[in-house]
Amino acid sequence: MLKNTYEWLDKRLDITPMWRDIADHEVPEHVNPAHHFSAFIYCFGGLTFFIVVIQILSGMFLALYYVPDIQNAWKSVDYLQNEIAFGQIVRGMHHWGASVSIVMLFLHTLRVFFTGSYKHPREFNWVIGMSIFFVMLGLGFTGYLLPWDNKAYFATKVGIQIAASVPVIGSAIATFLQGGEIVGAQTLARFFALHVFFLPAILLLLLGVHFVLIRRQGISGPL
Amino acid sequence: MSEHKQTKSGMSRRKFLTYTIASTAGFLGSGMLFPMVRFAIDPLLQKGTDTKFVDVGSVSDFGNKPKIVEFRIQRNDGWYKEKGGEKATAWVMKNGSEILALSPICKHLGCTVKWEGGGNTDVFYCPCHGGMYTKDGVNVPGTPPPKPLDVYATKIEGGRLFLGAVKERG
Ligand code: HEM
Ligand code: FES
Repeated sequence: MLKNTYEWLDKRLDITPMWRDIADHEVPEHVNPAHHFSAFIYCFGGLTFFIVVIQILSGMFLALYYVPDIQNAWKSVDYLQNEIAFGQIVRGMHHWGASVSIVMLFLHTLRVFFTGSYKHPREFNWVIGMSIFFVMLGLGFTGYLLPWDNKAYFATKVGIQIAASVPVIGSAIATFLQGGEIVGAQTLARFFALHVFFLPAILLLLLGVHFVLIRRQGISGPL
Repeated sequence: MSEHKQTKSGMSRRKFLTYTIASTAGFLGSGMLFPMVRFAIDPLLQKGTDTKFVDVGSVSDFGNKPKIVEFRIQRNDGWYKEKGGEKATAWVMKNGSEILALSPICKHLGCTVKWEGGGNTDVFYCPCHGGMYTKDGVNVPGTPPPKPLDVYATKIEGGRLFLGAVKERG
C-alpha cells in the first residue's frame, strides 16, 4: 500500500533523485563522530537546526491558545500552561528551547571559528551565519515580551532603551519597535507579528541559503 | 540578411526588453511594498499626544526632601485607553523657591530610580547598575547614567502643583 502510493507519486513527480541526492551524500570521515569521537563538534550546526525545528513547531502550537492583547496575553499563557493537557511541556519546550538554540548556535560558531572554516571561499556563509545569529536574538527578544508579565515588560523597556542609545537613528528604532509612545498594546501586537511571521520567515530563508552554500562548497577539510 | 548596424545612441532589442521587464517588475514591486512599509512605520511619523497638566497636590506638601507622587495621565495607547489613565511617577521637591519634579526613569537603561535607595544617602539610586544622581537629578560622574534625570514641566495655580510633559535637560 505504502510502496504503491510511493511508486504512484514517484512516477509522476520523480521524487527519488531528490532524496537520493541527500541520502547518498557522503559524510567525510573527519566530521563523522563514529570515526573520530572529537568530530562531535561538527554536530552543533545540525543540533541548532533541530532546536529551531522544535521552536517553530512548539511556537505554532502555542499560538493555538496565545492571544497578543495586553488584557489577555498573560491570562492566555497562564491558561495554556496550567489548564491544557501538556501545556507545561509545550510551553517548556519553547521556553527552554529558546535558550538552548542560542547555546547550540554559539557552540557551532566556536567550531567554525576554531577550525578556520570561515576562510575563503566560505566567507559569505559566515556572513549568512551572523545574520542568522541576529535574527535568532531578535526572536528571543520579541518572544520574551509575549507572556506580558513584569519580567517581560521591564526586559523590553530596557531592551528598547538599549536600542535607543544607537547614535542618530536610535530614537527612530525605539519608536518603530514600540509602535507608539510607550511599551503597551501596540508594542505587544508588533512583537507578536515580528515573532511569529516576519522573523521566522527571514530565518527560514537564511537557513536555506546557509544549507545551499554548504552543499555547493562542501564541508571544510580536516585541520 | 539585411545588414543592420547599431548606432551609438541606439539600444539593442535585448536591452530594451530587459529594461522594460525590470521597470515593470520594479513598478509592481514598489506599488505592492509602498503601502505596507508606510503602514509599518506610521508610529515614526505620528506626532505624540499633547500631555495635559495634572494636579498632583498642594504646593505646601513639598519640602526640600524629594517626595514621591503618583498620578495618572490621559494618553491613548493606540486603540487602548486605560481606565482612569496611565500611571506616572515623579520625585518632587522644593529647590530654593522653585519646584523641581524629576522623572524616575534612569537615563542609563531605563530602570526606576529611588531617592536614597539601596541605603545610599543623599542621592537617587538606580538598582540595575548602581547609577546615582544628586538631589537635583544630576548624574554622578563615574556611575553609568550619561545624563541628568528628565524633568516634568511644572505649573502652580492657586497653591496647587500641576505636572505636565516630561522634558530632557541639556
Ligand atoms: C528560533 C526560534 C524562536 C525563538 C528563539 C523563540 C523564543 C521565544 C521566547 C523566549 C518566548 C517567551 C517564552 C517564555 O517566556 O516562556 C517565546 C514565546 C512565544 N513564541 Fe517563540 N521563539 C521562536 C520561534 C517561534 C515561532 C516560529 C513561533 C510561531 C509560529 C513562536 C510563537 C511563540 C508564541 C505564541 C509565544 C508566547 C507563548 C509563551 O510565552 O509561552 N515562536 N518565544
Ligand atoms: S539602568 Fe540605571 S544604572 Fe543602568
